[in-house]
Formats: sequence, C-alpha cells, structure tokens
Amino acid sequence: MSSPRDVVITGIGLVSSLGEGPDTHWQKLAQPGFQPVLEATRFAPYTVHPLPEIDWNLQIAKRGDQRQMETWQRLGTYAAGLALDDAGIKGNDELCATMDMVVAAGGGERDEAVDAAILAASESRNDRDVLLNEKLTTELRPTLFLAQLSNLLAGNISIVHKVTGSSRTFMGEEGAGVAAVETAAARIRSGQSTHILVGGAFQTEHSDMLLGYELAGYLHRGPWKPVWQRQGAEGGGVVTGSGGAFLVLEQREHATDRGRKIYAELGPVVSGRARRSRGELDAEIAALLSQAALPNGKLLAMSGASGAHAATTAEKAALDANPAIAARGFSTLTGHMKEAQFPFAVALAALAVDRKAAYPVFDATAETPFEGVPATVLATAIGYHQFEGMALVNAA
Amino acid sequence: MANLNDHMGRPIVAVTGIGVVTSLGVGKSDNWAALTSGKSGIHPITRFPIDQLNTRISGMVDFLPSSSKGASPLTYELAELAGLEAVTEAGLDSSDFGGPLFLASPPVELDWTERFSLYNSGKDKDDTAAERLLRVARSLKELDIFETTQFGSIADRLADRLGTRGLPITLSTACASGATAIQLGVEAIRRGECDRALSIGADGSATAEALIRFSLLSALSTHNDIPEKASKPFSRDRDGFVLAEGSGALVLESLEAALARGATILGVLGGCGEKADDFHRTRSKPDASPAIAAVRAALADAGLSEDEIDYVNAHGTSTPENDKMEHLALSTVFGERISSMPVSSNKSMIGHTLSAAGAVEAAFSLMTMRESVIPPTINYDNPDPAIVLDVVPNKKRNAEVRTVLSNSFGFGGQNTCLVMAREPV
Repeated sequence: MSSPRDVVITGIGLVSSLGEGPDTHWQKLAQPGFQPVLEATRFAPYTVHPLPEIDWNLQIAKRGDQRQMETWQRLGTYAAGLALDDAGIKGNDELCATMDMVVAAGGGERDEAVDAAILAASESRNDRDVLLNEKLTTELRPTLFLAQLSNLLAGNISIVHKVTGSSRTFMGEEGAGVAAVETAAARIRSGQSTHILVGGAFQTEHSDMLLGYELAGYLHRGPWKPVWQRQGAEGGGVVTGSGGAFLVLEQREHATDRGRKIYAELGPVVSGRARRSRGELDAEIAALLSQAALPNGKLLAMSGASGAHAATTAEKAALDANPAIAARGFSTLTGHMKEAQFPFAVALAALAVDRKAAYPVFDATAETPFEGVPATVLATAIGYHQFEGMALVNAA
Repeated sequence: MANLNDHMGRPIVAVTGIGVVTSLGVGKSDNWAALTSGKSGIHPITRFPIDQLNTRISGMVDFLPSSSKGASPLTYELAELAGLEAVTEAGLDSSDFGGPLFLASPPVELDWTERFSLYNSGKDKDDTAAERLLRVARSLKELDIFETTQFGSIADRLADRLGTRGLPITLSTACASGATAIQLGVEAIRRGECDRALSIGADGSATAEALIRFSLLSALSTHNDIPEKASKPFSRDRDGFVLAEGSGALVLESLEAALARGATILGVLGGCGEKADDFHRTRSKPDASPAIAAVRAALADAGLSEDEIDYVNAHGTSTPENDKMEHLALSTVFGERISSMPVSSNKSMIGHTLSAAGAVEAAFSLMTMRESVIPPTINYDNPDPAIVLDVVPNKKRNAEVRTVLSNSFGFGGQNTCLVMAREPV
C-alpha cells in the first residue's frame, strides 16, 4: 500500500568509469559480459576505475566556479546537477530554495607537488616543523583549502545549483553514505522535509585517496579480478573507482503533485556498527538483513562489497546463506567509491525496479542469474573497515 | 503534570547532561569560573615553531595528554572528556549510554609527523614521494596511523567507549558543526527514534597547516603582542578570529523519558533552524538573508516570537565580516529591541573552536540560564560605531535569562541557529 509520506526516488545522477547518467549505466550494466574500464599503469601496482571524459561546463556553467574546485568537488557538483536535472528541479528557484541536502563526503585533494617538495626537503632537514612553515606559507594556493574542506562539496552545490533549504555533510566512509540516505528518508517520512538531495562522490585518482586505504593494506595488487574473487590474491582486495551518485528523494505526494516520474520507492533503510574486532560482523549483517524485512521469493541484491577480504567474505557468506538472493557485486564494474558507494547501490537498485529487469551476472563464477521482474531490490554497503547499511528499494 | 509535547505536538527535548573543554580548562566548573571572570584562554603558540607565521597566538588546548599527538588523537580525547562529563552528569552509565551519537569533528588528514616518518623510513629512492608513502603504508603492522585518516574512526572509538547505539554519525557543517550535531539529536528524539541522544562537538585540529590555511584566507587575527586581547568581537579594530580548540557535549533526552527516570532537567532544546547560503564559499550574502532565515526558522521551530528571546549567544567570531553580517541579521530580526538586548560572544575569551563552537556555546548558553549570569564580551574597548549592540562589555552581568538564541555560521554557506529555554514551556 502506498502512502502520501512514502519516500520515492525522482532523480538519479550517476558518474563512474562507465559514463554518466542512469541510461548509460543501465545500458552498459544490462549487457551480459560487459567488461570494466580499468587503468592499471598510472597507479601501479594498483588498478583503478578512472573517471570518464566529462564536460564540466554541462553542469557547472561558470569557469570561475570550476576553478574554485578540484576534481572531487567538481565530480560531486556535476553528479548532483545530473540528479536535479533528472528530477526536474534544476533551475526551479522555488524548489531549490526549499530543498534540503545531505552530502556524504570525505576530503578533497591535497597539492601533491607541494607535499612531494616538502617530503624531499625533509630528507636533509632535521627542523621539519620549520620546513613545513616555510613551504606551506609560500607554496600553498590560498583557495586550495576550500577545495579540500569536506563540507564545501555541499557548499559548491549550493552555489552552483542554488540548493539552499539546508545543507548537512556527513563523514565516515561508506557509513556516511548510509547515514545520509537513512537520515534523509527519516526526515521525509516524519514530515520534516518534502524533497532532499542526497549523495556523494569519490575521486580515487590521487595518491592520498589510495593511501587512505593502503595505510591498512586494503588495496588489491597485481592483475585485476572481479570483486568476489580477490581472496588469496596479493593485497587487501579493494579496487577503487572514481564516481559519484546523487539521488533526489521526495515525499510521494510532493512528487505526484508536480507530476514527476517516480523511479522507485525507498523502503526501510537500516544501519549498524558491528564491533568487528570482537567478531560481531556476521551477526550484524544477519541482523540487518532481518531488520530490512526482505520479501518472500527471489530477491536481487545490489551489493556494494568493496573486495576487502574480511568484510567481503562475511557479506558473501550472509547473502549466499539465503538461496533466494541473487547478488550483484557492482564494484566489479565500477570499483569502490567509498562515500558514494551506498547511494550508488540504491541508484542501481532503483534502476532495476524501474526497468522491470534484473542485471545479468557481473561475475559468472560467483553470481547466479535472476529471472523475472524484480519488484524489490536490496542495496548493501558493508564498510571495508567499519559500519554497515542496507536498504530495500521497491517498485513505485 | 508537565506538558510533554511542544507546540507542534512533538516530544519536548530536554538537556540532562552538559560537558565542556576549552583552553580555559576541563569541565564546566573551571570553564564557567574563568568565563564569568572575563578570563581569556588565548596564549602564544608553543605546539609548533612560529617561524614565518603571521599569526602566533591561539586558543589551543595544550594541557591534555594528547595535545602534542596530532589532530585525531586530540579531537578524540576532547570529545571523550566532554562526553563523559555530560553522560555522568545525566546520571547515566558512562559505558552504556544507550542512545545514538552525533559527532561534529574536523575533517581528518594524515598528520605531517606521520607523513615525514613514513616517507623517511622508505628505502626505495627511485620511487616518487607518493609511491614511497604507499609502499611503506602497505607494510605497516599497526592500524594506529590508518585510523587517524578514517573520517568515521573517532566516532567509532567514542561509540565503544561510551556505549552509544547504532551507526554513529560524524558530520561537518564547518563552523556550524556543533550546532548541527545538536540539531540531529533533537530531530532523532522528535521523530521518536530514540529517547536520548548524545551530541558532541570536538575540535583538536589546530595544526600548523590548519593555521596557515586560515592565514592564507586572511581569516585570522594577527594581534600577536597581547594574545588575550586579540579576539575582540564587535570592536572597531577586530581583525580576524583566533584559532582554538575545545569540545562541548549535551545529553539530549525526551522530557518524558528524563522525568520518568527522575533526571535533573538542565534546560530545553526548543528549536533549531538552518538555511544555506549560495553567495560565496567564504563570504555571506551581503543582505544577511540566509542568517536571517536561519534565526527565524529556529524561532518558529521553538514556537517563540522575537520578543521572547532574552539573550543572544552570538557567533561573534571577531572577523570584520561576520560581526557586521551578524549584527545586520540580528537587527533585522529583532528590530529596535536589539540595541538593548544582551548579545555576547564567548569567542572573545576562548577563540573560535571551529567544529566544536556550536556545541561549546550551546553548553555555555544553558549555563547562562541556569546560573542567571551572562558571560561578557571581553576586549570591548573600542566599539564599532556601525554595530550598536549591548555586548555585555568586559564584565559579566547578573540577569534572569529564560531563553537564548545561539548562532553558528560557517564557510560553505552554513547557517544553523539553536533556541534554548531554561524551563519546559
């Protein structure tokens, strides 16, 4: 039974190595045997899924605005613009001015050249603190700080797209994306908001973004493999990708009153924090699956599994334990997009529901076919290091 | 029997525990004594060398075990101390809080100390700097350095320490973060998701690089000679904010749950309002319309009219632009009355605690009502003639304060305002 306060998805903005927009993603992902776009040399021994060519002007009209951002913020602002366009909100001053926003963000790019120069100089200096002051005061670009600040992705979305109802930025890797979607949905269900822009972006093509994983040895090395097949291979199992995913979530009544196409309804969004060092992850995933109240019958699952060995093993085991679930590890084709991972999973789930078709297997050895029309799709993000979340996405 | 719901039929949100740490000390009692005697916590920087720096003063918290250990460890310790004080005061089990955690904290980055040490332990001289860091990184056996670079790790550790429930939310709305953490807690209780929530704002990120970044944006005071005089909100010669550290924590609880367990009600979180600004990355819209909208939204959320606010705990950063804009916003909302309404800035004494500021200042706002004492705006020796406000100049004032408006404005167009009351209406 639908209710006026249901949360529905009316806009999807996607960017990944596969291209941009929901149509492109659907076309490529629905193609059996589609091969990922890989960049194996620039960051060797790591493989990444690189950004496609993007004409930033299409969503960020002013060059001045583009110059104030580095790629991460541009990417997020761009993906947000795609979602707003898709929902018919972009350029509508009244809807933008009353629109709330929750962005899942990490940090922006540091100046690698300045950092490298400081590190090189540190080899022959013992007064490294003084060295830092010398170099940073003279070589840092003043506005770079703003391109690094986590909440300035949201800030740029406000400036470029005029979304100004409210602006909140959540941090904390995949968990930030989960909490952003969960909080946005709760605000709509409770009547605190009618339409919310929610999502995130990740720009992996920068050494610090790889370092964020590799300080704990999380990255996969050597020849690329699908996400479910990296156990036992060299490295930690994660292959990253650049990308962004934004959703326009809307109160059903608000969407129907303005006559918008509804992709899907967002059902329960659940989240958790297993104390993994105490071995709680398996039980936590099982508990989330049970809280999500899965429907009877075959269920397609868009899994955000990162490839990180422990977390991916636990998630695979939990999904495999339920024979009704046909999982798709989309990181095989997009790479892991950190804060954007969960919004991306929800977007792909919504697309399948909307197109009334399941995705083919992304990995024939580890995934099983799904026949028929998926009326409900599960989206998951089990953090590579911490935090877990899931959502059910239902036919509109 | 008390009314348990507010003017919109939502659960009233009470405050049952308060914690605070600033450069003035650890805990409410030391902070309040210093704040009401007009004492400044601003002092010369000793944490790192000041060669080449235009700003050589700050309100850093230099007296904790983690003070010299980097931004993540210090932010954690600040958050833990404030959280423990609040949860203990609320009479709850400090290892089993039993509600969600909302943490406002600064974005994290690999500290330079670690960056230098990783780089210089690399042996492969043919590698680029980036390759060298990555090669050393993947051979590390401990997770300590890794965790300082994960945006969710401080909250994860706090959740373990304090026994909060569920996925903790770490957030940043720049200098409004502390207020947003409180707003998220209020909203969760109003939606009936929980009976209580722990909202913490903590910031221990005053590194050399952070200071230089703000300096390059011309945001910081360079009045180095007499540190305690550098932060002078609403003064004619104000020249920037003073970078500072600290933490504030509130235990928020539905009034019903708090009364049911016989907790002491320290105040009420009546309303939250926000509005984003699309004008510029660091500057506010010249007509102050977003700040005005945020104040009005907070009043409306609290169900109070302009006439029902007794005191404003200002954002009052001491930057030329903020104080002017804030005055414009307040005089637009409160009209003539603003010139006779007490409006003071805690930042005159503690500096700008960034991600913590909204939470620290909410804590002080609640104490202002409980103690019937308004902390002053110190260093108000040279009033800005364009800003006519009763800033409670230089000396505390005894006054009955039933309601407070606390403002927080930040880079990226962030504007969040809180309305607090002494008693449930």
